[in-house]
Amino acid sequence: MIELRPALPVAAHNFVVFRRGWKSAAFLNVVQPLLVLSAMGIGVGGLVGRSRGSVDGVTYLQFLAPGLLATTAMQTAAADMTYPIMSRLIWNRTYEAMLNTPARVRDLLTGEVVWLAARLFAVSLLFYAVALAFGAGRTATAPLAIPVATLTGLAFGVPVMAYSATQRGDSGFNALNRFVVIPLFLLSGSFFPITQLPVFLQALAWAFPTTHGVELCRELFLGRPLGIGALGHLLVLLAFLVVGMQLARVTMTRRLVV
Amino acid sequence: MRMIGCVSPITSGHLRVLGMDPAVDGQRIRARLGVVPQADTLDTELSVGDNLMVYARYFDIPRREARRRIAELLDFVQLGDRYGEVVDSLSGGMKRRLVIARGLINNPEIILLDEPTTGLDPQARHLLWDRLYRLKQRGTTLVLTTHYMDEAEQLCDRLVVMDHARIVAAGTPASLIAEYSTREVVELRFADEQRDGLAPSSFAGLAARVEMLPDRVLLYTDRGEPTVEAVHRHGLSPASVLIRRSTLEDVFLRLTGRSLVE
Repeated sequence: MIELRPALPVAAHNFVVFRRGWKSAAFLNVVQPLLVLSAMGIGVGGLVGRSRGSVDGVTYLQFLAPGLLATTAMQTAAADMTYPIMSRLIWNRTYEAMLNTPARVRDLLTGEVVWLAARLFAVSLLFYAVALAFGAGRTATAPLAIPVATLTGLAFGVPVMAYSATQRGDSGFNALNRFVVIPLFLLSGSFFPITQLPVFLQALAWAFPTTHGVELCRELFLGRPLGIGALGHLLVLLAFLVVGMQLARVTMTRRLVV
Repeated sequence: MRMIGCVSPITSGHLRVLGMDPAVDGQRIRARLGVVPQADTLDTELSVGDNLMVYARYFDIPRREARRRIAELLDFVQLGDRYGEVVDSLSGGMKRRLVIARGLINNPEIILLDEPTTGLDPQARHLLWDRLYRLKQRGTTLVLTTHYMDEAEQLCDRLVVMDHARIVAAGTPASLIAEYSTREVVELRFADEQRDGLAPSSFAGLAARVEMLPDRVLLYTDRGEPTVEAVHRHGLSPASVLIRRSTLEDVFLRLTGRSLVE
């Protein structure tokens, strides 16, 4: 069972660490969507509009914004669950210090997840605000994409945390970024409908939570009626989160309780 | 140490800490322990004060109370003027003292110290010893591991000597010296040409125990002066003579041998 209370000091700990650099983080989280939505949404979107008229029945910018919302959450989660985790494991050994208090391994994990959720929510909220300024996400259901993007980040980030706990150094993170995060950023349907991909790549894309998050965020942004498909996406995201928690519990315990 | 600290499960045997079973009451035990691990395990990018404040929250110490204790503890470890400084910029000795302050934040009944002064300069070590001694006087139980026999002699009322994970001796520093060594040790150094002709038999009858090292000869004896006189009467003329009291180091080396343990 997940107990929240003993995990709160861990989340608070992360907050104090984050507080030192929050301005640059917030700045980045606003500027990045601004840049990408300008360049891709307006720039590339203009070309798309002239040659094809629309993508998936809407303008390219309307198509793009919700996808980027989901992949931004994924990228944030991937960054937060790799190097900072390694720092607390090896470089600063903060986890060792935490375990000398009443906190248990499961509390560390819950605390990390609570903090990650808060952070992803903030990042998604900022992104949503920028998207609004670009004229995207003005449907009634669009704000729901904020928690869904948060969940997408968690569904991706928590299994990454489980992976990080098995690593002895940061060399594996480069591979993770190159072979998982960047391909998913490009191919999970945020920039173009994945039906454009060869069938085997489509199947591969659906094996990752990001693709489901992108799809669900898009349905919410565009105000499309939600069907059984939407429920399926939601369940996949939740499954990744729950299984990721279990895996992280195993790898972290193996790593820290020796 | 990690088993007593209720982090690692016990591998075998029986362990009770503060009368409780670590397997059942780990959290309750840890709430009453202070731990100073071998590595500093500080948040290097946070300030001194934030490191302690963050840690206090794990023990459920209210903010105001935490602030009061932090000020007190930083004074105690002579870091009172470093509250806002980032840990990264502290010296090794300061970091060590900060870890000790952190270990005390919950007013622990027992404080576990894993090689607390390893790697510190003499000034920093002595300051740390002084603070640890004061803690002991206040009634806090210190459990510490060390490779420095002078540290053990300074701080410990009771000690156990471990070799390859087994207890080979236990007692007070004085009783261990009495049991495993002699009161004094005579260290003799010889000129090269004379040394080559020496064997342990050259010193037969002069001391309770003779140890020949590459650079010197150690004679374990209860009274150094008469032993030196006897050495001279034996026709031996060492280049230098040193009479010193036996230390825990002699006991430790006797018990665990001089070969490297790796």
